[in-house]
Amino acid sequence: MEVMKRLPVYGPEHSTDPGAPGEFPYTRGIHADMYRGKLWTMRQFAGYAGPEETNRRFHYLLEQGQTGLSVAFDLPTLMGYDADHPNALGEVGKCGVSVCSLEDAEILFRGIPLGEVTVSMTINSPAAILWAMYLAVAEQQGVAWSGLSGTIQNDILKEYIAQNEYIYPPRPSMRLVTDTIEFGARHVPRFNPISISGYHIREAGSTAVQELAFTLRDGIEYVEWALERGLEIDEFAGRLSFFFNAHNDFFEEIAKYRAARKLWAYVMRDRFGARSERSLTLRFHAQTAGCSLTWQQPYNNVVRTAFEALAAVLGGAQSLHTNSLDEAYALPSQQAVTLALRTQQVIAHESGVTEAPDPLGGSYFLERLTLEMEEAARHYIRRIDQMGGMITAIEEGFPQREIAQASYEYQRAIETGERKIVGVNVFREQEQRPIELLAIDESSQRRQVEKLAALRKRRSRERVETALAALRGAAQGAGNTMPCILEAVRAYATLGEICEALREVFGTYQEKSIL
Amino acid sequence: MEKRIRVLIAKPGLDGHDRGAKVIARALRDAGMEVIYTGLRQTPEMIVNAALQEDVQVIGLSILSGAHNAIVPRVIELLREKGMTGVLVILGGIIPDEDAAQLKQQGVAAVFQPGASLEEIAEFIRTSVQQAA
Repeated sequence: MEVMKRLPVYGPEHSTDPGAPGEFPYTRGIHADMYRGKLWTMRQFAGYAGPEETNRRFHYLLEQGQTGLSVAFDLPTLMGYDADHPNALGEVGKCGVSVCSLEDAEILFRGIPLGEVTVSMTINSPAAILWAMYLAVAEQQGVAWSGLSGTIQNDILKEYIAQNEYIYPPRPSMRLVTDTIEFGARHVPRFNPISISGYHIREAGSTAVQELAFTLRDGIEYVEWALERGLEIDEFAGRLSFFFNAHNDFFEEIAKYRAARKLWAYVMRDRFGARSERSLTLRFHAQTAGCSLTWQQPYNNVVRTAFEALAAVLGGAQSLHTNSLDEAYALPSQQAVTLALRTQQVIAHESGVTEAPDPLGGSYFLERLTLEMEEAARHYIRRIDQMGGMITAIEEGFPQREIAQASYEYQRAIETGERKIVGVNVFREQEQRPIELLAIDESSQRRQVEKLAALRKRRSRERVETALAALRGAAQGAGNTMPCILEAVRAYATLGEICEALREVFGTYQEKSIL
Repeated sequence: MEKRIRVLIAKPGLDGHDRGAKVIARALRDAGMEVIYTGLRQTPEMIVNAALQEDVQVIGLSILSGAHNAIVPRVIELLREKGMTGVLVILGGIIPDEDAAQLKQQGVAAVFQPGASLEEIAEFIRTSVQQAA
């Protein structure tokens, strides 16, 4: 794949008319007024130790002015293991919050009115189960599902491509995703049942073009499966949401978001015949690039994150997470995450960039970059179409190889000094002042294990067994698994038990490593 | 003719973030070493068995999940049980300074924190394996 060379200067001959914000193909933004009407949601990804600690962090962040919640789960939860599973040893609560059952979800959302606060959950293989827990908590709060708004990430294709948090093989996993899209369309219509993600693809080392192309092509695959299920395009497409990285090449990122909106609008209208504006408009959350932040001179990261966040805002994101300065060390400390939130607030309330939609529209450089990214992404999408689709491409290792190559070249460029990273290979310092870090010890593992033991004694074993048997039956058949997952969750079957029941039916996935 | 240094690069625990492990594996191959990459979600037992089977001189562990204090000592213990204490153990990922110091006392030869260069790692292996020989 050719690297797009930068010209020495850009002029009117390189530019093109990008249309108007709020008008097809939405290159300049999905609304005519953008942030003049409503700011993006400030949504800091948070989660550590047990649900008690994370609930406190949620309340803190809301008090500090964030406008939506985003839940980070620990590795055992992400991989469908309870805190007392042998594979969970040493991992409980370290990368996110441990949630093993509905009981933990209740604690996690204590005091959070789910009918008023939107919640995004970064969960993939067990997404349907965590969603069911969230829906059950809403029930307990007396909130009708029709009033719930939020997102589950639930993007399994990017797991095979980049993040590797898969449990089951691709086709059963796609079935589960389709179950949630169908269930959402029928019962939770204001909720985004998927966040089609490029963030992780980029973090794994892809280029911006690869991030754009693979994400949109994943989106196309999900649409095809939902149509195959019998849904009408405009029934569900309006609730497909996206998630992009906000990396450090400022104009390239803004061009990427604009190209994404344009490409998706054409895909929806011409490839799938969508007509509703909701279906045609690509909505996205952005997160500033974790992989761009350094262990050396961590305060530089505050500056990096600010520029990356600005790119996301100038690119028209609907929701934004800004990383903390201690990204290369630990989960965010309270001070660090507060500063990251303030970064967004300063952009929103002091910089003035919110006063015009797509304020950089018409820039010769930006319009040219937008066109180049669009063309390069189309090329990749065509290639994957020719291979027979994204699942086939994954089975052949295509996106994985592209990413491995890009990430190796990136690292080589750092080694030779062609790519400069301040504090790492240029402007180094001998001394490093230590920073205060969030410490997570083994006590959350102990507490979670104790809670599980008490739960297993308290609940009706019969109700759990019946529910799991029904789930296995549903999984073996062609029906939607969500009702059975909900019943199992309400019976206080644990995450591990539910995932294991599905492992028995679907099997597990072994990847072939590509270097 | 000099025998090539044999290295096992492993991802222990549940963490699936393998960008670093893969880049290092490839770089060490480019540097002329024989590299075996285990793939994801390896237990300490699987890693040590693979190291034994592949007759490696170096085990490189990549851990970003915070689980290093549970995993690394177990690997070292298993190497001791199997009489494989000649195998060099190096560690990379997200490892706080205090933990790095502790783990080095327990037998880890080097800890490479974020930003370590590929050349630095390759050179360390070359020098250390030579000294052991």
